Amino acid sequence: MRNLFSSLALDSELRAPGYFGKAASSGARLFRPDYKFLRDDHPTEIAVEGLDVFIGDNHILKDINVTIPDKKITCIIGPSGCGKSTLLKTLNRLIDSVEGSRLSGRVVVNGEDIVGGTTDLTRLRRKMGLVSQRPCPLPMSIFDNVAYGCRIHGIRNRKKLRMVVKYYLEAAGLWDEVKDRLHTPAVRLSIGQQQRLCLARSLAVEPQFILADEATSALDPLSSKTIEELFVKLREDYSIVMVTHTLRQALRIADHVIFMYLGEVVEAGDARHVFNDPQHELTRKYLSGAFS
Amino acid sequence: MKAKFIEEKAVKVFMVAAMLMVFGFVLSIVWTIVEKGWGAMSWDMVTKLPGGGFYIGKEGGFLNAIVGSLYIVGASTMLGLIISIPVVFYLNVYLKRNSKLGYVARLAYDILFGIPSIVYGAFGFTIMIYFGLKTSLLGGIIVVTLLIIPIFIRSMDEVARQFPRDILEAAYSLGATRFETLKVVLRQIAPGIATATLLSIGRAIGDAAGVMFTAGYTDSIPTSLSQPAATLPLAVFFQISSPVREVQQRAYAAALVLTLIVLVLSLAGRFITNRFSKNKIL
Repeated sequence: MRNLFSSLALDSELRAPGYFGKAASSGARLFRPDYKFLRDDHPTEIAVEGLDVFIGDNHILKDINVTIPDKKITCIIGPSGCGKSTLLKTLNRLIDSVEGSRLSGRVVVNGEDIVGGTTDLTRLRRKMGLVSQRPCPLPMSIFDNVAYGCRIHGIRNRKKLRMVVKYYLEAAGLWDEVKDRLHTPAVRLSIGQQQRLCLARSLAVEPQFILADEATSALDPLSSKTIEELFVKLREDYSIVMVTHTLRQALRIADHVIFMYLGEVVEAGDARHVFNDPQHELTRKYLSGAFS
Repeated sequence: MKAKFIEEKAVKVFMVAAMLMVFGFVLSIVWTIVEKGWGAMSWDMVTKLPGGGFYIGKEGGFLNAIVGSLYIVGASTMLGLIISIPVVFYLNVYLKRNSKLGYVARLAYDILFGIPSIVYGAFGFTIMIYFGLKTSLLGGIIVVTLLIIPIFIRSMDEVARQFPRDILEAAYSLGATRFETLKVVLRQIAPGIATATLLSIGRAIGDAAGVMFTAGYTDSIPTSLSQPAATLPLAVFFQISSPVREVQQRAYAAALVLTLIVLVLSLAGRFITNRFSKNKIL
């Protein structure tokens, strides 16, 4: 948070006494004093253990064992149809809305198994901010898009909502572009802006993880660069899991890499190791561009 | 090349002709009711109840029918919306795409859609006799509600089925429960709801058969749900079959008022639809 948000120029009105207390001056998360859903700063970790995913009769993910490290960018790479997105969808259990999906194994998020147990899905999903492939604004105004998540989690105070919206639009680098038209429909934004809006919307419910499913593939080069840079900044505070189809993107920003092929994890580990010294023949071929 | 050219021309002529013909129908209908009804149209017609000799051409107006129609249409549109929105929401958000229940339910609504209003009227009449009820405003409201619910559901469902799943997933990923997505779904299908409401109002206000046995007809304005209520289509129906010329003219005047109400509602609906669609995700 420090790097990204201490650099934000906050209006004096936002520093109104009583709202941020000491937190504001110490540069800690601004909403801590009264934001109801606090993001804890404990190390976050996801451990996937023996995960199998079936959709209908298709065995989509086969015995997946990986860990997603804390406050790093983890890139899931691999050719189309290898199960990257399915793995991502399993992490926030959006896979449940895919008809005929069955899961087995364990996905342990901060010590809690989210596959076998009785997980509170709304809580889990709040923890997992999602940025999808095509930006998908909700059919409402820019302001309401960001405020939607807060509202459903019980924040009604208008003043507080305004602060949250401003704060996260700034975090997503969108505030200056939209501050004069917060109440116009979100669909009127450009695609790149919409994607940043979706990011702001996800951040506004204070997740611990950001799941990005080819978040830049539908964007123009400039917008996708903006998003990429944002992710690098956000890494300070969030554990980011990115599915990417662009190998170069993974090379640029990944700290940790998971290479998948046909529903299996071929190789996973520190990005430098995987990219510079791949252990597996398939990884070598993929990295050299023999197939994609 | 020549053949293509002729084909293009011929098809175009046909299309323009068909379009003009439909437009002609509209004009001639409006012309007929204005021409025949304008003579009988007066301020009294729309502000007064039928007087003693109204049906032989003496003083009074058909305010009773205007108010009765508005009562029935207003109440049944409200009821219809209250019942249909949950149905559409359940069908599209809670049930899976290939759900059997969804299939059966949609089939049932299609069947209801196809049932003529006279059958609804007869059905309502039977039920009312069973419960020992007399023709009343309530009976009319219930039957008209039944009549328009399938219209509501079918036309809203049509729009809701196009609802992009991404939007739902986006809401879920923020931690929304299925119910909490209602706000999102409603905003997206708002234009569909507006259109459905328009269609329903149009059908409800113009329907004579459904209300004939159930709401009855009366010369006064109902002051409670248990009193009978007059409606504009029936005002047209009863007066047009009169041998008295003045009364026949008043039937056209009533038709003119009915048409004007529908026109005003349609324009208002259009305006509202446009307002509602501004947030729609394509």
